[in-house]
Amino acid sequence: MSKTLLIAGRELGAYRRSWLGPIVIAATLLADGLFFYVMALTKPMLSAEALGQFFFWAGGIGAVAAVFLSMRLVAEERQTGTITLLNTAPVSEWEIVLGKYLALLAVVVLMTALTCYMPLWLMVRGKISLGHILVGYFGMVLYAGTVAAIGLFASTLTRSQIVAGVVGGVIAVALVLMWAVGKVVDPPLNQFFSALALHHYNFRPFMDGVLQLDKVVYYLAVTFFFLLAATKSMEARRWR
Amino acid sequence: MAVEGVPARSGPQAPGHQGGNVIEIQELYKYYDDVRAVGPLTTTIESGEIVGLLGLNGAGKTTTLRVLACDLLPTSGTVRVDGFDVVDSPREVRARTGYLPENPPLYPEMTVTEYLAFAARLRGVVSSQLKEHVETALAQARLRKRRDQVVGTLSHGFKQRLGIAQAIVHRPGVVVLDEPITGLDPVQIVEMRKLVRSLAGERTVILSSHNLSEISETCDRLLVIQDGRVGAVGSEAELSESLLGQVNVVLTVRSGPERDVAGLLSRVESVTRVETASPSEPGEGVQSFAVTATADVRPDLCRRLVEAEVDIIAVRRAAHELENVFLKLAGADEDRAEEEAEA
Repeated sequence: MSKTLLIAGRELGAYRRSWLGPIVIAATLLADGLFFYVMALTKPMLSAEALGQFFFWAGGIGAVAAVFLSMRLVAEERQTGTITLLNTAPVSEWEIVLGKYLALLAVVVLMTALTCYMPLWLMVRGKISLGHILVGYFGMVLYAGTVAAIGLFASTLTRSQIVAGVVGGVIAVALVLMWAVGKVVDPPLNQFFSALALHHYNFRPFMDGVLQLDKVVYYLAVTFFFLLAATKSMEARRWR
Repeated sequence: MAVEGVPARSGPQAPGHQGGNVIEIQELYKYYDDVRAVGPLTTTIESGEIVGLLGLNGAGKTTTLRVLACDLLPTSGTVRVDGFDVVDSPREVRARTGYLPENPPLYPEMTVTEYLAFAARLRGVVSSQLKEHVETALAQARLRKRRDQVVGTLSHGFKQRLGIAQAIVHRPGVVVLDEPITGLDPVQIVEMRKLVRSLAGERTVILSSHNLSEISETCDRLLVIQDGRVGAVGSEAELSESLLGQVNVVLTVRSGPERDVAGLLSRVESVTRVETASPSEPGEGVQSFAVTATADVRPDLCRRLVEAEVDIIAVRRAAHELENVFLKLAGADEDRAEEEAEA
């Protein structure tokens, strides 16, 4: 575990010292603020509905930011050759992947937490529960964290950060669109596809402030699957 | 060596232990898709040796070094470092190996000290010994004055030194260096040679280089890689004898013009040719001769000259012998390629 935390620490330092982390976080906060104003404050609605709208848009923007933040994780190291330092150290691929993921998750949590002034403003001006806010934030972190795992996996596939970003985005969008597939296929397959959807079916309860264990398990399972796939992808490279 | 989570190896093959083969490669093959990069390659390297890998581009040097460093896995065959197999026990092998790839794996945003501390901890150096390990590596690589400099702002030479420092910071038994002097200026090359030579005995060093005179001066033994196989093994002189079938000696003497020194030399057994060369130093009566023989005849030449009361100023092996070996290998590879194309 110490090697994992060591790698996570270096990765956090790289985010802090590079332009990517601050720019993505700033852009995300700007987009969150604009959407919050346009979608939640300019129309008459209940405070709880406005909060749901905030989680809907902020969740989506956070997921997009996770793709941008994750695309460099392994691809950049392969591009610059620094991956050799990790590959030739007594560290397993799982420790490398987990270390990088924990750093990314920390950035995602920080980025998500910085939006808290919006729900708090709603709390002061309207009538919403702290539980609704906490559950919504938990869902946002789970959602963005899952997309981050997808992005990390995509980053292990190529040296190009752009290609990694595109591949990660395509996988994430495909999983989001499972909701639409679920709408057009017949039962019982519709339930299967809906349950696979990254956003709609699995994220809505969090937006409404409802914590459902099966939805939490879904996000954790998808995250674990893509982290495992990233590990296997890195292991496979040694044989090529 | 203080390394977390890796059992200490006891017995005759412990890291840094004198004697015994620290690297054993048997029937190593490495394919990239259908292309054979290495194989069949079989060799052993003893503890404390400095071995140079010599070969043309694409001969398989870098692939061999990457397999040794556990960066790549072999397609087949056995590779053991300090008794541990690279496939079965990669963690143990990596803990005992330091690797500098052709492009040093440096994080440009870190300072030199931060980077070395990171590399050391990654290789399992415990916190209580971290400072000492980093300071020693900084001193060995002569990087103390740059300790707080950001890696991205270092010159090429200092980056190369830092690359070596990260390879030795955890005090591995085996140090693998791929083209460590590429792009260095002459002064830096001399410093790098001193650094590598300073590792001899305490560690086993295996390095590759395109700089023939450099690899000859730095290494105890050369391993010629030809088309993924070991083409020849030995010192520069041994390779010259075995591959070229001749030894070239340059002799500088002082004698009067009436003495037929060339005739004296040509009558020594095994000498096939004697030519007058431009004198290697100024002085009255100083003459140089290039002697070609089928064996190392330097003692016989000296004896004959002493008997004839000719003053000997210098006797040395001719420079560029390794270049000739290299050209011979290049010819052999071209012949092989032509044969394969015809087949």
